[in-house]
Amino acid sequence: MEYKRITIISGHYGSGKTNIAVNMAYDLKTRRENTAIADLDIVNPYFRTLDSWEDFKKRGIRLICSSFANSNVDAPALPQEMYSITDDRSQNVIIDVGGDDRGALALGRISGAIVEEDNYDMYMVINCYRPLTRTVEDLLTVKEEIEMAGRIRFTGIINNSNLGKDTKPEDVIRSCEYADTAAQRMNLKIAATSYDKRLDKELRNKVPNPFAMELQELIPGV
Amino acid sequence: MSEKVLMKGNEAIAEAAIIAGCRHYFGYPITPQTEIAAYMAKRMPKVGGTFLQAESEIAAINMVYGVSSTGKRVMTSSSSPGISLKQEGISYLAGADLPALIVNAQRGGPGLGGIQPSQSDYFQATKGGGHGDYHLIVLAPYSVQEMAELTIKGFDLADKYRMPTMILCDGTTGQMMEPVTFDFAVKQPPEKPWAVTGTKMEREHNIINSLYLQADKLEEKNFERYERYKLVEENEVMYQEYMADDADIIIAATGIASRIALSSVEKAREKGIKAGLIRPITLWPFPKAAFAKAAEHCRQIIAVELNMGQMIEDIKLATEFKVPVSLYNRTGGVLPDVYEILGVIENAAKGGKR
Repeated sequence: MEYKRITIISGHYGSGKTNIAVNMAYDLKTRRENTAIADLDIVNPYFRTLDSWEDFKKRGIRLICSSFANSNVDAPALPQEMYSITDDRSQNVIIDVGGDDRGALALGRISGAIVEEDNYDMYMVINCYRPLTRTVEDLLTVKEEIEMAGRIRFTGIINNSNLGKDTKPEDVIRSCEYADTAAQRMNLKIAATSYDKRLDKELRNKVPNPFAMELQELIPGV
Repeated sequence: MSEKVLMKGNEAIAEAAIIAGCRHYFGYPITPQTEIAAYMAKRMPKVGGTFLQAESEIAAINMVYGVSSTGKRVMTSSSSPGISLKQEGISYLAGADLPALIVNAQRGGPGLGGIQPSQSDYFQATKGGGHGDYHLIVLAPYSVQEMAELTIKGFDLADKYRMPTMILCDGTTGQMMEPVTFDFAVKQPPEKPWAVTGTKMEREHNIINSLYLQADKLEEKNFERYERYKLVEENEVMYQEYMADDADIIIAATGIASRIALSSVEKAREKGIKAGLIRPITLWPFPKAAFAKAAEHCRQIIAVELNMGQMIEDIKLATEFKVPVSLYNRTGGVLPDVYEILGVIENAAKGGKR
């Protein structure tokens, strides 16, 4: 992956945004010293970047997130340090946005400054196995809704098509055609094809811009 | 949708309801089940159905009463505190013999509690949370696939016996994502000659009502209803056994607790411990016979529950105290892990208390 100063991860609810954002932050940190991850999720109180807090600390990644994240206080709050994303241009930031247009509303608060600075990528995470984005037409709708709400345009696609723990390499390979069609229709590039790192050997040479990820287990051992 | 898709449990319930022919959803948002409402808001308009966010849980359950009276399949969903609010309406549904599907994605209680998973509404669901003599059929899924299947089953049972069915799941089964397929056969809903659909001046009025001011009439209604409940108990019990036949130690668990316990039992077997699992799928009717049978040969039953010990009472009644029944529990939204339950099994195998 090549990174601009700001990388925005957005897309449909449950498409895998947080896992991608967390792994991108790990990746970015290996190239740029001053790396931060910003959690702007105002939709879901669960499965937040804060779940990886220990890893961020270990790796020296700054976490910008609401003090309510993972506190079980179900409040759609934004982090008070949110404006440092755009104000402090010395840092490199991965932004994890909440799902759908509702989630992208939060992004709208700072998208003006992001567009003005013009040093960003915004990736739409797609998963052809999610029931409400089965077709490219569905994706186009979601894309437009997010861009309207966030007042910013996507610059690329991350194909994160998967079936959870049951994902087989063929499932990812089979999804590439869908991702290609989506990319053509949206006139965007496929910035990455992301998958569980356990599938890396089988997929590394078979998908465009492979991006292997460490995934979190919901309930260890089950 | 015959191919596998990746869904949250909450979404699977919503999609399955649409497949079952439910075109009316009324609800009010509450974590951890809001995805059901969000999904319905997106899907219902596309299939010619109604999604309505009511002004409260109480309004929603009474809208369910209204639609059910017309013979249409209808549902609502909430989480523990919201389900408490619905109890009056649920009692009215039961009293008027109306089918409906009610989903409770349980969170920690009592009171506002928390937003993490729990099973502490077992009593409320199985013993009647509202007033009066009545039962709900209570179904407890343990996977996303089962969330879908039991939703369809729930509508069928509700229609068949003219009573509300509750899907009693929890924050985890609602939130977790798993592959699911929807390629199962869906039965046509039965005719509902009792429904309020307009007489066209061709028949007597159908009256949907739970008010019976004459004591003998009300008694008759209650006796009649319990005859129907007897049929449910005879015909609709569902449970799953895993290596329970020759087990010395049987774990009794349901929903997400059984999902974790299943892995613990597998690991105990690897260590040569004769452990087994009984997983009630219908919590009412409770699989009494399965536990009675187990009590004939096992040494001990351990109820693993995410509450202060509720299902254990049904187990003790079903086993008539023939074997010791103990409790291993976590509450407040804490989930036990696989090795924690394995430890409990190992301890029991050594003959120790937990």
